[in-house]
Amino acid sequence: MHTKRIIPCLDVKDARVVKGINFVNLKDAGDPVSVAKAYDKAGADEVVFLDITASSDNRDTVVDMVRDVAANVFIPFTVGGGIRTVDDFKLLLREGADKISINSSAIDNPDLISDAADRFGSQCVVVAIDAKRRDDEGWNIYKHGGRIDCGIDAVKWAKEAEKRGAGEILLTSMDCDGTKAGYDIKLTKAISDAVSIPVIASGGAGSKEHFKEALTVGGAEAALAASLFHYKELEIKELKEYLRDNDVPVRL
Amino acid sequence: MVAIIDYNAGNIKSVMKAFNYIGEEAVCTRDFKEIQKADKVVLPGVGSFQYAMNELKRFELDKAIYDVVDRNVPFLGICLGLQLLFNGSDENPDCEGLSLLDGYIYKIPEDNCLKVPHIGWNSLNLSNDGTLFNGIDNNSFVYFVHSYYLKANDPTIVKASCDYGVTIHASVEKDNIYACQFHPEKSSSVGLKILKNFAEIGYAH
Repeated sequence: MHTKRIIPCLDVKDARVVKGINFVNLKDAGDPVSVAKAYDKAGADEVVFLDITASSDNRDTVVDMVRDVAANVFIPFTVGGGIRTVDDFKLLLREGADKISINSSAIDNPDLISDAADRFGSQCVVVAIDAKRRDDEGWNIYKHGGRIDCGIDAVKWAKEAEKRGAGEILLTSMDCDGTKAGYDIKLTKAISDAVSIPVIASGGAGSKEHFKEALTVGGAEAALAASLFHYKELEIKELKEYLRDNDVPVRL
Repeated sequence: MVAIIDYNAGNIKSVMKAFNYIGEEAVCTRDFKEIQKADKVVLPGVGSFQYAMNELKRFELDKAIYDVVDRNVPFLGICLGLQLLFNGSDENPDCEGLSLLDGYIYKIPEDNCLKVPHIGWNSLNLSNDGTLFNGIDNNSFVYFVHSYYLKANDPTIVKASCDYGVTIHASVEKDNIYACQFHPEKSSSVGLKILKNFAEIGYAH
């Protein structure tokens, strides 16, 4: 039985997990290894580390973090944030990251998608898309943390990313992110229908029902959330039991 | 010591780190002598079938593989490392595999409303008492990432399969050859147990 995936996303700055992680019995809630281990134990199917370190001077700390995580955590993990070149891919994959997520750098240089896919395989190339609704009901993609409207249609960009060899789309709705009012199901479905690669829904999760919607109506293969899990507003096990009871296949 | 064959195929350190984590010494190498003196040999791999075959040949690692298999050293292929053991693949039909086992690698059909690549956790249907699955429950979940899948010609070598629109032969064992399409090094406690079972082959329990 193939299952849908539940993915906690961790924001990392200078190789420390930021935004409080509220785990009981976790000695160091800022330590990426401890947090990832705790999520493995809690039943997370994967973990995403998003490096929000502003400067690029700290690449070494990210590499060290990846090395530590890979030596201690044996579920797949993705690293995103500030990855600009094929050499960045090489460095992080070599230390044990399973997938690399790229966003602005893929928009600025779409060849990065194809170059990385050719060199390391599509399975490790995740194209992250930040999408925001337009007045005419479509969505545009944004770059630089949602600050710049690229004037490109999200569905069109997702197709382009797939054509260039992306292995997955990590799709964040900027309209829904942080609202806890649910994923943008229309957006998720539009992208998921347009591509044959898996789509990870992100932005807006506030309840178990929201996950179910994204994974069924939305057609997403995986659903990502951050604070909901970190602050223990929702336990992954409880979420998965709910999904199972509602005929969404999950790993339990 | 476990020798993990290094042929420039991406993320192979994860396999080494998983062996280290369960207390096994492991080394990534393409040195014929080092591979020869290992107790166990692992062929990992992501990437394309043809690229991998070319790299194996370029470093004469195909010869090293035939040598260890001939000498009855326990040998484990993971993911693409499983596929390379067979005759060939839809991915590069003109490229011959190592042909150590009889079967072919097909493209996962895209017409089943299922996404390709097959990425994620899938449950295993165990069969024929595989050594790697000693102590592992039927329907345990493991992590897959692939677009091509194995159909082995001899059903008795298939120790685990899974369903993804088609039946995927997920693990095979024949004599001293073991192989998994999924990634044990990314399959949490179940995967570590599978690696442990491989590491313990030949040792009295």
